[in-house]
Amino acid sequence: MFKLWATIKKDCRVLVRDGIGLSLMFIMPIVLVVVVTDIQNSTFQLINKNKMAILVCNRDTGESGKQLIDAINKIGLFKVYNLPNNQDVKTIADSMKDKDALLSVTIPGDFTQKVKAKAKSVSNKAMVSFGLQADSVQRYTGDVSPLSLYYNPVIQEQLRLSVKGGLQSALQIVESRETLRTLYFAINEKPLPAKLESEMLSNKAAINEIPVSKNGTLRAPNAAQHNVPAWTIFAMFFVIMSLGGSVVREKVSGSFVRLKTLPTNFAVGLLSKQITYVTVTVIQAVVIFTLGIWGFPLMGLPGLNIPLDVFGLLVVTIICGWCAVSYAICVGVFAESHQQSNGFGAISIVILAAIGGLMVPSFAMDTSLKTVANFSPMHWCLQAYYGLFLEGGKLTDVMQYLIPLVLITLVLQLITFLGLKRKNLI
Amino acid sequence: MVANGELAVNIENLGFHYPSNDGVVFSGLNLKVRKGERFGLFGPNGAGKTTLLSLMTGLLSADSGTITLLGNDVRKKNNDVNKLIGFVPQDFSYYQELSPVENLEFFGAWSGLNKQQIKTRTDELLHILGLENVRNKQVDKFSGGMKRRVNLAIGVIHNPAILILDEPTVGVDVQTRHAIINYLMELNKNGTTLIYTSHQLSEAEGLCEEVALIDVGKIITQDSLTNLLKEHQQDSLEDLFLSLTGKEYRNDV
Repeated sequence: MFKLWATIKKDCRVLVRDGIGLSLMFIMPIVLVVVVTDIQNSTFQLINKNKMAILVCNRDTGESGKQLIDAINKIGLFKVYNLPNNQDVKTIADSMKDKDALLSVTIPGDFTQKVKAKAKSVSNKAMVSFGLQADSVQRYTGDVSPLSLYYNPVIQEQLRLSVKGGLQSALQIVESRETLRTLYFAINEKPLPAKLESEMLSNKAAINEIPVSKNGTLRAPNAAQHNVPAWTIFAMFFVIMSLGGSVVREKVSGSFVRLKTLPTNFAVGLLSKQITYVTVTVIQAVVIFTLGIWGFPLMGLPGLNIPLDVFGLLVVTIICGWCAVSYAICVGVFAESHQQSNGFGAISIVILAAIGGLMVPSFAMDTSLKTVANFSPMHWCLQAYYGLFLEGGKLTDVMQYLIPLVLITLVLQLITFLGLKRKNLI
Repeated sequence: MVANGELAVNIENLGFHYPSNDGVVFSGLNLKVRKGERFGLFGPNGAGKTTLLSLMTGLLSADSGTITLLGNDVRKKNNDVNKLIGFVPQDFSYYQELSPVENLEFFGAWSGLNKQQIKTRTDELLHILGLENVRNKQVDKFSGGMKRRVNLAIGVIHNPAILILDEPTVGVDVQTRHAIINYLMELNKNGTTLIYTSHQLSEAEGLCEEVALIDVGKIITQDSLTNLLKEHQQDSLEDLFLSLTGKEYRNDV
């Protein structure tokens, strides 16, 4: 026990004197978690509160063009700026730059005409199907002329699709209104009353958004709930920058070799490293979670809600930390130099984070990538944390994720043992 | 040649080759070192000195033959064998981020000493090796000579019966060399067997009683230094070395 204690003291001393390693393990992840949460929160605010600027160039002089602008305004997603109707593509692009708008819509000059023609055609078909006499207007077979949506390429596809969906919804309202009016007039030979029109077009059923949780609470997850656990895992695996380098230094300096000549089992050294650095990963998690709970609201970010099963959170954190530490030791044993350990360590962590679903959620991945994700320990860490943070689960609920994580850890330990044996270090 | 007395090291019929290399390093090598002796092992680069020391300390395993230290088979690699030896490698094989006291505390614990023994030996060694005033300073700020003294202190913290030294004075100033050699002589007076290898042959002349020359994995001669100089009609160990191993460059790749 004295040997283990002396070794832990040695490892702690080496660690606290590694300023760069410490800053990589604590400061970098904290900066990362704040920045990513802030960005994601800003995106949320942009869509839900701040509204996106959109320029509208209405070349249509009819009623439908105006109705479409009105409908776009009512979506609630956009702040609409009207442009003169004679703008060409280059002028529109310049206007987007001037007005700091990422989007612009051009309504074609024949928009009203085409909408009316289509409405008449649909109305006639409906009259025929009712067994009534239709108008003798020539049947319209074409579609309404397309709107042109200009966008700044910095807009991600996901956001662009949301915008497109919103515009289609506005178009639907305009076309439906015109069809209703035409059909009503054809049947009743008088205009559709405004009140009825409003009821027919506006009375949509509301959609209630309800988060599904295991503990029955209805707390909606925010950007902090998603980001803090994910980047805490990333921080834990970043111990490789200090621990992997420390293992390489011990090998290169000959300390490992000297220890082998002493009457103590090398397992003591490995156990000490694991105890020391798992403690570091738990401290990392405590620091980042504390920042999420109390620091984020002070920075204007949504605060982190700690799961109800705090013991489960501690167990999950320790197992995630153990896996991260095992990975770092494994890389350190096989790396021939500090540069190799740091270079491979940093890149491999980013790859494991990407395939593990830290950057893009794994549910959005295709089938083959989902299979690959199972080999990333970070995937299981994330699933376990999400089970606690987002789904309100308990330790027993996330056990299904912890078992594969422990198996991966044991495989890493075995590889480390074989590596040390092969290099004659144990 | 060694004939009488208890043996500190007895190597019989040793065979060894590196798995990554086709060439045989040792084949049928024999070597005896008496207990309490100051023994010097010399040879050109690539002769097999460090490999032989690694086999003695159990860092490498022999393919065939036996190595016993004070009657204990090295291949068993048990704690009893490890307690007998102190190893001072050529590299600074300790933690540069730590102070001498912190290093000695850690290596002392791994050498099997308790807290009180470590404290007593640490105070003693830092005093003898002139490191008292820097006992709590980080080693990475030390000069080469101070680092060598820390390296030596770690190797002897547990008072080993056999001390194996691989170039313990390389790159140090005259004062440090003098201090290290004096301390080694002192240890030997108290019964420690010294097994020493170096390229500093003039230094070795003053330290070693018994000398073995090794080249291409073979012990080419072994006797007391006086007898060897007389037998080969040479004036110094360096002359003897050159006459037996030649003057060609040795490229150890």
